[in-house]
Order: sequence, then structure tokens, then C-alpha cells
Amino acid sequence: MPVIQYREALRAAMREEMERDDRVCLIGEEVGGYNGAYRISEGLMDQFGRMRVLDTPIAEEGFTGMALGAAMVGLRPIVEYMTWNFSLVAYDMIINHVAKARYMSNAQFGAPMVLRGPQGGGQQLTAQHSQCVESWYMHCPGLYVVSAATPADAKGLLKSAIRNDNPVIFLEHLGLYNMKGEVPDGPDLLVPIGVADIKRPGQDVTLLTYSKMLYPALEAAKALEADEISVEVIDLRSLRPLDLDTILKSVAKTHRAVVVTEDWQPSGMARELSGLIYQHGFDDLDAPVEEVCGAPVPMPYARNLEQLAIPDVEAIKSAVHRTLARPGELAPLYR
Amino acid sequence: MPRRGAAALKEAPASGGASDEAPFSNDQLVDVYRKVLAARRFEERAAQAYTQAKIGGYCHLYIGQEASGAGFLSSIRLGWDYAITAYRDHVAPLFMGTPAGPLMAELYGKATGVSGGKGGSMHMYDAPRGFMGGWGIVGGQIPIAIGLAYASKYRNEDRVTLCFIGDGAAPIGAFHESLNLAGILDLPIVFIIENNAYAMGTALKYTNSRTDLHMYGEAYGMDHRAVDGMDLFAVRRCAVDVIEKARQGRPQLVESITYRFRGHSMADAGQYRTKEEVQEWRDRDPLEWLEGYLKEHGILTEDQIGHINDEVRHEMKEAVDFAENSPAPEAGALYENVYA
Ligand SMILES: Cc1ncc(C[n+]2csc(CCOP(=O)(O)OP(=O)(O)O)c2C)c(N)n1
Repeated sequence: MPVIQYREALRAAMREEMERDDRVCLIGEEVGGYNGAYRISEGLMDQFGRMRVLDTPIAEEGFTGMALGAAMVGLRPIVEYMTWNFSLVAYDMIINHVAKARYMSNAQFGAPMVLRGPQGGGQQLTAQHSQCVESWYMHCPGLYVVSAATPADAKGLLKSAIRNDNPVIFLEHLGLYNMKGEVPDGPDLLVPIGVADIKRPGQDVTLLTYSKMLYPALEAAKALEADEISVEVIDLRSLRPLDLDTILKSVAKTHRAVVVTEDWQPSGMARELSGLIYQHGFDDLDAPVEEVCGAPVPMPYARNLEQLAIPDVEAIKSAVHRTLARPGELAPLYR
Repeated sequence: MPRRGAAALKEAPASGGASDEAPFSNDQLVDVYRKVLAARRFEERAAQAYTQAKIGGYCHLYIGQEASGAGFLSSIRLGWDYAITAYRDHVAPLFMGTPAGPLMAELYGKATGVSGGKGGSMHMYDAPRGFMGGWGIVGGQIPIAIGLAYASKYRNEDRVTLCFIGDGAAPIGAFHESLNLAGILDLPIVFIIENNAYAMGTALKYTNSRTDLHMYGEAYGMDHRAVDGMDLFAVRRCAVDVIEKARQGRPQLVESITYRFRGHSMADAGQYRTKEEVQEWRDRDPLEWLEGYLKEHGILTEDQIGHINDEVRHEMKEAVDFAENSPAPEAGALYENVYA
């Protein structure tokens, strides 16, 4: 199987879908002549022309609405935000228009479009360039929210998102673009939206995460093996719709859950997941659900402070230990 | 009957050409008359139903502005070109051929409404006829409009998009972003700012750095002009011209100077305007003017006009009956069409 970068996987997904369907176009800042601020769209303008790979002015609200209008009458635009931070300038367009077009028109038209770009911290880009937006978009009916952690998932999920008839918020992570991984060749790789992936099976604790946090989670799971703690790591991949089945089955098996997200805790993805587990899996729980989240601060610049603000392996390990340190449970696992 | 230019037009360039010849055939004129009449009666019935609490939410009437909408919407290719507007949207679909019944039923929140009862007054749609809504956030429809036009250009289809905008939307960023984008991409679009002098209760001069709004087109290198939006013939001449230019990929900006006779919405008594001001504009009622023109030029007799009025009154009664007798949406519809 070929080994390619996450960014190449995204590019391959777009290229293949544009070759397959001439309604698919790419709209955004620097996507054409510059080949993409993070080189995701490299070469696409040369192949598909300026009308299909459209360089826009810095006008997020304008070009997001433009993509919606085009989607309403039959195109399938991909909008690239240079980073998700700037999508907030188009928040009205996404929440008030894109998400609601199908419902308000009673399905006279839909908004088949993908809104994609990188988010997340770790590159010392500071408060206005490091935010995780999933909770802000998760909240609104009419949108799907997905996030791939591996190159293979990036390709397969993006292709599914492009073929989906709904507006899909497709979250990438700045820190994943260089990551390499095996990606099955060929145009048929589709990862279905709404299906989580058990990236590592385990018996004692369920660890729920997605996007870049998958990696510290896997590392923590590996380290905990030494303590004879077996952690099941689930990569959610799709946040809305959510694969609650897989989550609850796992919790029913392990009786403990830890949620790891880079976004903030209050009203965030972690709260959502632990709430769902309490609501639907309460009887299965032997310990409170632990939440490991980004520090509730605007992202600081200084390298050391930034690292303190993002969940790390140690924080995840301690959270796993806490779920196991319940009275009565301590003995068998801490032998 | 003389067609006076609006006072506001004094400083704006003339649009239509001076010819007194009607820019419509007689048949077209009768059709436009019928539609303007239907629009007026529809909204009067809506106002009545609103005061009876049969219609909920907001209800923004277009009464007084009909010449503007009719002039433009009678000049596009129905079922081919697109039109889109804000929340003052009952009348555009009527001009585009949507039957009154489903529009009234939408106001009543019924399953038979154009949007299945999910849109209400501000979110009417008739996609098969090219009417793309009906959007409740001021300025929100403008970027969407350029997307419609972008799709037309993308597919090499000679469709034009008409985008209706209130004067209150001109200060919004999306308006300027969209004009810029349309200019860069040479989109087949006509932006029509319907300048009725007020955004809710706030007069234009308090909200806009300049009050000759078509001049914003200048900044974006776009053809721009003002037209007397109370003068059906002037609007029509202007519309035919700008739509042709837009079809060739030259985006157009028109400021249509008009007036709403009523308050901003049914909840607004319009206290911020003087009686004299309102009366001055009511004297230029486009419906009365058109009726007078048809009679004076022997296109319709008094009797024929009476007959059309009877028909329209009957049609509106049927629309109201249809709305009243239609079922509310099934509870199951709550979850329908959130996702595909
Ligand atoms: C972004 C936004 N801000 C405020 C409002 C509330 N609002 C609705 S209509 C309106 C006035 C707009 O006036 P104008 O654009 O001139 O249109 P007209 O009502 O004259 O047709 C306002 C302030 C809104 N719907 N959207």
C-alpha cells in the first residue's frame, strides 16, 4: 500500500472527485495560483482551470454564501478556509444560511457542500489561529461535522463528504498535514460518515477521541500497557452524526470512559460525549467519565505555555488512572 | 396621466430613455396589471389575516413597491432565470407565477405552503420557477445570489440572477464582498437596491455614508444607475437593458427608488414618517397609475377592469380558503428535511 502524507491524501480525494464529477469545484483563498496556503490543492488549478479552482478575495462571508448559492442550484462546492479560525467571519452564512437552506425550503433545494480547512494548536500560532471549532458547529442542526486523524481516513472521509448531499464541516488539523500513512490506492476508498473506528482494542477503559488527539491517546494507551491497563481507543471520525452504538458497546465492555479533546471543556465535545454516556450507559459505568480537554484559556504563544494548554500523554494517563482508582476497583487492576 | 420622477431622483442619472412609448405590449401590460393587482390584494388579505392572529411571526408587506418588482420580474425568463430577495418576499413569487394558495398557506403555517409551513412569511421559495427565496438575515441573500450567478457561468448557461436588496443592507459587509466578487468574476447578475428610504424606522441618511446608493457600484467598477421605482415603465426599460447586459456577463447595480406605504412590518405603525410624506408617495400608487393608464389608452374598459378585479378577488378568496382549510404539517414533518 502506498505511504503518503495526510495533505496528499486530501488532495487525492479532491482530484479524484473532481475528475469523477464536474459539478465539484474548490473555492477559497489562495487555493489556485498559490496552490493552497498549506499546499492541499497543489496542481488542481492547472488541471481543472480557474473557474473550478477559484481564488477568492479575503471575503469569507461572501465566498461561503457564494458556494451555498451554487450548491442550491446543482454544483457541489468545496470551500477551503485557510484555517477554521477565519470561518468565524462567515459564521452567519454557515449557521443561518447553509445549515438551514434545506429545512426552510422544505427540501426544494439542499446545500451539498464541504467546508474544510485546518484547525488546532501546537504551532505557536497563538489565540486567534489555534482554535478548535467543532463544538460551535456541532451544535447546529443541518450540518455534519467530521474529522479524520489518519491519511487513509482523510482521503476516504473527504470523498464521502464530497458525495454527501448535506453540508459537511470537515475538520483537518494543522499538525497532521505532514503525517504519513498507508492509504489504499484507487478512487474507491470511501470511509462512511457516522462510523467510528476502534483504533486499538482494549478491555479496561474506553478512550474516546478524534483528530490529532488520537496520537497522544494511542501513546498513553501503549504506556499504560506496562501497568497492565488495557485501553480501548476509539477514533470517532464523525462527530455529527455520532456513532453512539460503538461508544456504548465499548463502555458496556470496559465500564470506564475517558474523553480526550483539544477543544475547551464547557459546552464542548467532551461534555457532550460524557453526557451521552451518563444518559445511555449509566448502569454500565463503574467510575465517573473523565474529560481531558484544552486549557480554558486563549491559546498562548510561548512554547511551554502552549504545550501546557494542549492535552498531553501524561494528562491522559492520569485520567485513565483516575477512572480505575475507584474504591473497590483499585485492587484487581493495581495489583 | 403624467409620470412624475421621485424627488429623490433629481440628482440621479435618468435610466429609461425619454420615449413615451410603453415598453410592454398591450397583452403584457394587462398581465402585469393582473399581477400587481393580485399582489396588492394578496397582501391586503394577509394583513387582515395577521390582525386576526391567523398568521404568526413577522409579516413584511411590499405594498407600494410593486412597480419595482413587477418591472424587473416581468423582464426575466421565467423558469430559467433566478431571483432572490430578503424577508419582504411575498410578492416576488406571485410575479413569477407561483399560485397564491400555497403562498397564503405558507403564511398560515400549513403543510400545503410553498415551504411546507417551515419557512413562513420570510422564507418563501419556488425553486422550479427560479425563485430562490426568501432570507431573513439582512444582506444574507446577496452572497447566495452571486453563487447562483457563478453556477450559471460555470455551466455556460445564459441565466441571469436578480438580487433584490433593501437600502438597509447596503452598509453590510456581505453587500460589498458580493459586489467585489461579482465584478472580479463578471457574473451575470443584477443587484437591485430597493431604496424605500428606511431600514425599519431609521432613515437612510443616518445609516449610509452616501444616500445615492447606486454609486457604490462605482467603487467596484460596475455599471450602475438609479431608476424611479414607482414608475413601472421606467423600471421596465431599465430592467430590459440591465438584464441584457448582465446576461452578457456584465454585473449591474440598480437603485430603484421606491416607498413602502405601510410600516416596516405589521407590528410597525410607521410613526417615524409624516402623514404628508406618506401621502406624497401614495399619490403615486403604482396600481392606481397602471389602472388609469390602461383606461386612458383604451387597453381595458372600465368593465373589463371590473371583471379582472372580480376574478382576482375571487382568486384571493380561494387562496385564503385553501390556506384555512389546509392541514397543519404532520408532527413527523418536524424532523423531515433537516438532512438529505
Ligand atoms: C443582520 C440583521 N440585522 C438586523 C435585522 C433586523 N431587521 C430586519 S429588517 C431590518 C431593516 C432592513 O431594511 P432594508 O434593508 O432597507 O429593507 P426593507 O425593510 O426596506 O425592505 C432590520 C434592521 C436582521 N434581520 N438581520
